[in-house]
Amino acid sequence: MKLTGAQALIKSLEMQGVETIFGLPGGAILPVYDPLLDSPIRHILVRHEQGAGHAAEGYAQATGRPGVAMVTSGPAATNIVTAIADAYVDSIPIVVITGQVATSSIGSDAFQETDTTGITMSVTKHNWLVTSASEIPRVVAEAFHVATSGRPGPVLIDFPKDVANQVMEWYWPKRLDLPGYQPTTKGHPKMIEQAAAIIAGAERPVIYAGGGVMRAGVAGQVLELAERTGIPVVTTLMARGIIPDSHPLALGMPGMHGCYTAVTALQRADLLITLGARFDDRVTGKVDGFAPVAKVIHIDVDPAEVGKVRRADIPIVGDLRSVLPELIRRLPAEQLRIAPWIGEIRGWQQRYPLSYEPSASGRPIKPQYVVERISAAATPDTILVSGVGQHQMWASQYFRFERPNGWINSGGLGTMGFAVPAAIGAKVGRPGSTVWVIDGDGCFQMTAQELVTASAERIPIKVAILNNGYLGMVRQWQEMFYEERYSEVYLSPDLPDYVKWAEAMGGVGFRVEEESEVDPVIEKANQIHDRPVVIDFRVDTFEKVYPMVPAGSTNDEIVLPPHQRGER
Amino acid sequence: MTDRSNLVPIGGIRTPVEGRHHILSVLVENRAGVLARVALLFSRRGYNIYSLAVAPTDDERFSRLTMVVDVETASLEQITKQLHKLINVIKISEVDPSQAVEYECMLATVAAEGHNRAKVMELVELYDGEIVDVGVDQLTLMFALPPGRLDDVEAFLAEFGLVELQRTGRIALGKLPKPVRRTKRGKVS
Repeated sequence: MKLTGAQALIKSLEMQGVETIFGLPGGAILPVYDPLLDSPIRHILVRHEQGAGHAAEGYAQATGRPGVAMVTSGPAATNIVTAIADAYVDSIPIVVITGQVATSSIGSDAFQETDTTGITMSVTKHNWLVTSASEIPRVVAEAFHVATSGRPGPVLIDFPKDVANQVMEWYWPKRLDLPGYQPTTKGHPKMIEQAAAIIAGAERPVIYAGGGVMRAGVAGQVLELAERTGIPVVTTLMARGIIPDSHPLALGMPGMHGCYTAVTALQRADLLITLGARFDDRVTGKVDGFAPVAKVIHIDVDPAEVGKVRRADIPIVGDLRSVLPELIRRLPAEQLRIAPWIGEIRGWQQRYPLSYEPSASGRPIKPQYVVERISAAATPDTILVSGVGQHQMWASQYFRFERPNGWINSGGLGTMGFAVPAAIGAKVGRPGSTVWVIDGDGCFQMTAQELVTASAERIPIKVAILNNGYLGMVRQWQEMFYEERYSEVYLSPDLPDYVKWAEAMGGVGFRVEEESEVDPVIEKANQIHDRPVVIDFRVDTFEKVYPMVPAGSTNDEIVLPPHQRGER
Repeated sequence: MTDRSNLVPIGGIRTPVEGRHHILSVLVENRAGVLARVALLFSRRGYNIYSLAVAPTDDERFSRLTMVVDVETASLEQITKQLHKLINVIKISEVDPSQAVEYECMLATVAAEGHNRAKVMELVELYDGEIVDVGVDQLTLMFALPPGRLDDVEAFLAEFGLVELQRTGRIALGKLPKPVRRTKRGKVS
């Protein structure tokens, strides 16, 4: 069977089971958009290429399957770099296809030419420049394999225009030839044995679960490990929902804005059972002072993460799907005798729970209250998506996460503007789930044009803007660390008019200024199923995210909210 | 004395400090862009390379990079683990300098006029070099030596007046196992 390169690309994507592509056509990728018309693959036309990338990320996180984005060359390729970098840091499997100028023009500074493979080399797991149509099925198969296996991540295929027009004899590779890529999956039995022994003897152990647990889809085994041993679990920003927040062994989020108990449990622990986490600086604070007396078991599929930041006493390189059952199998049948440790933890939980001071009557709504009410009204299958900043921390702290894969945000890269397009991707991937966005006013303005995409493609996401009229997290730092010298952080709560914006983009807009209106408007939003909804929640400008570990401090120097200070 | 003030140092390339350098022999797929991936990894993670030699192996699908790396800024373990993450990297062997034969090649053009000429030729003789080009008052020499001895040659040549100099970066292979020498009583001497 003879196919053009463009046909071969679309057919290869079909072979990989791709159902949805997020993209935006242009000159160099034009030939590929023609056979797309005859394909069952759904294409979602975004309004900016960055949106295509984040949508693919949201889709991947909501479904566990790789997200696919396709854009043209030059500025389109550079526009999607942010999303690729975001996926790289958060280990999200996406496949990005970029158009490229004809092979004969590469290197000549042709119209809309950029060195896309060069630009994305350090933010992809791997990338390919296709130089002949006969390579296409092989490259696509390799790309999906690399993106989804081992430590997942983004890959990019750069696709010159002339290759799209070449004719090739169709084939599908029977096996992949990647001699330099063989991810370790099985953990070393001796190390697993040692890990089981050290766990059995621990007095103050903590399970430190990170995003890798989510990627591996092993929430069930983490719960089994915790319940079998009685060891409490902290869930990082990327792992919220891995065990239900209502579970007695769930301690919440650690880190710079983690809750007191999770942060302090890590500090006092004598053993960290680290699962798919990478000792990120936002978790450790000053590394030298992090969990100073703890021994570390570090289980990760990426060998380079083990020992990168913190020396591991028991390093285990392997896939959690294989290592966790092996570890659990070797553990003693009864729970650990760690009642004093659990008692200490319960004490912290009682004295320093996550809390904020409710708003006094007639005063502005507290942002945390909005999150709590959205959470209270949410059905169990709700997916929560956030951007980056104060609202993200409040969402992570005050939403009750009861299931895995119900929380999507930009963790490692901290990409403002992530939420709206990522929510679109999530909703497309799981149309049966309600998708709520908790966004900041600053974040929302960065990518809100994708609301047009949501309206046009009938993707009914719900966006709650916690509108405090500021770049809130920056404002908080300037207040606390720059003597209230506010520099370029004021945005105005009224400009733009978010309600009109929502309406102009084909959605429904609400504004909420009184606490009593919060619940009714959330209820109204939950009843709208045919178009996007935006709610402009006017919240307290002066509210800060607490607890907080100041940058450069150890986690022992955690700052509690004002109403909890003084008794420590 | 030679005026070397016109020599511009290349960032990240310095003379190895004994004990702080390691040799990595890296087998990679012979594909476009592989060298760029390796170089980019070193630059973005802040690792230092002292020298780098690249050439195809006897199997045309693969190339071998021999790199001398500085382990001051990052542990050798991190460097090799990160290298391994590159899809085109097939195999990495660490070559212990004390257990390896290391060689490096150098081309040097030196001032060699009048009485200097004989001294230069004597040096070439002493260090098993070769005169590869002859000019009226200059000679171009080639030496292939262990890096330490090559440093000595370079120092001598500087005395005559270096005009131009090019070193290749070192290549290395592990030392071969030797037969154990036995005394008459059968004990290892």
